[in-house]
Amino acid sequence: MDLEMNLNASHSMGTTIIGVTYNGGVVLGADSRTSTGMYLTDNVYVCRSGSAADSQIVSDYVRYFLHQHTIQLGQSATSKVAANLIRLLSYNNKNMLETGLIVGGWDKYEGGKIYAIPLGGTLIEQPFAIGGSGSSYLYGFFDQAWKEGMTKDEAEQFVVKAVSLAIARDGASGGVVRTVIINSEGVTRNFYPSDKLQLWHEELEPQNSLLDLLNSSSPEPMNI
Amino acid sequence: MALKLPQNSLLGSQSDSQRTLYPYVTGTSVVALKYKDRILMAADMGGQQLALGSIDLKPFSYVHMRYKSVERMKPIGKHSLLGASGEISDFQEILRYLNELILYDNMWDDGNSLGPKEVHNYLTRVMYNRRNKFNPLWNSLVLGGVKNGNKYLGTVSMIGVNFKDNHVATGFGNHLAQPILRQEWHENLSFEDGVKLLEKCMRVLLYCDRSAVNKLQIAKITEEGVTIHQPYSLKTYWEFSTFENPAQGAIGSW
Repeated sequence: MDLEMNLNASHSMGTTIIGVTYNGGVVLGADSRTSTGMYLTDNVYVCRSGSAADSQIVSDYVRYFLHQHTIQLGQSATSKVAANLIRLLSYNNKNMLETGLIVGGWDKYEGGKIYAIPLGGTLIEQPFAIGGSGSSYLYGFFDQAWKEGMTKDEAEQFVVKAVSLAIARDGASGGVVRTVIINSEGVTRNFYPSDKLQLWHEELEPQNSLLDLLNSSSPEPMNI
Repeated sequence: MALKLPQNSLLGSQSDSQRTLYPYVTGTSVVALKYKDRILMAADMGGQQLALGSIDLKPFSYVHMRYKSVERMKPIGKHSLLGASGEISDFQEILRYLNELILYDNMWDDGNSLGPKEVHNYLTRVMYNRRNKFNPLWNSLVLGGVKNGNKYLGTVSMIGVNFKDNHVATGFGNHLAQPILRQEWHENLSFEDGVKLLEKCMRVLLYCDRSAVNKLQIAKITEEGVTIHQPYSLKTYWEFSTFENPAQGAIGSW
């Protein structure tokens, strides 16, 4: 086995990030192994994946630019502007950056929008976007279960389910599910700890101790 | 394709910082042909994203996912249509350059407008000069247009190779579609024949190019302007008996 370590390798974020539109706004979701929805402006948030340092610095720059832009514009920035700023930084520094981002926001001109900006700096506007290492396990799920025009609650439940499915299978995702809902009324942040999520295949109901199982009315002895 | 990440030394990233090393999100073939007095172009809506991974801490890349609604053909000004294969972010950047070019042209307000020949020339210069700086725009471009009744169809590669022809293709299209076009293209194709010919090419690409996606668009350029038709999918046939049951002639194989 090769024991040589690349000490300058970027500190990577194993994570799962999701952004979906619904009729009225967007829902962003992520596991907690990342700093989830990062605030860019009041009505636009970004989910980060890839190198932690790279995605942080890009988000910081964009927050800074958007702040100035908002002052000059005299009203809140649009999600399209935020996404394009991210694209500019990602594209013009593509050789040095290793970060994939999902921008989601609501503005009065276009409503809820999700933009994916993967490695390389391509800007793709989509009804939903997924990213991070855990996203590999979700393509089939989205192909089957995604539908256009969900309600806010349907969309949020969908995102929570998706992140929790990814957490179940992706070694690099885990913890809790955080969601951010952005619409005309504002921003709502929610928190779903893992014990509140439904169980998937091969997962067992969590207990306080083995002793509780042994003492319960129908013990399950294990035959060896 | 071998992945090249910045070296361990602190200076490594400086010398690499001005080079495009490899494409991340790519589109596959574009095919185009002249018919009667117009141009037809086709491209699928797929984008393949490279994923980075590592095995035993050694990085490697593999094709990771597909985007299925990437628009790889865009109208340019009044007279032209640009189709691109290769890195989508570079294509988006080229569109920005061209928008600026067209804008400045319109600002002259002199009744003249840039035609496909001029746009093709501009693109050639851009691609070749980037190649000279070892920082190419990782695309193969197809530029078609009609101006003053004259039809034009040309192509530019990422290293600046450019030429005009009656039918062109990029990437796998050169290997799979061009032979078909060389046999079956002729000067006076009708719209219907042109579409059928393009669909024949796109179908072969679907069967044989692993990066192809079954969702394509066909665009038409005429003197009146550019029309990009809505996306659609092609029917395919897979029920060849030996394909269904390959072990028939050799029991025990699969």
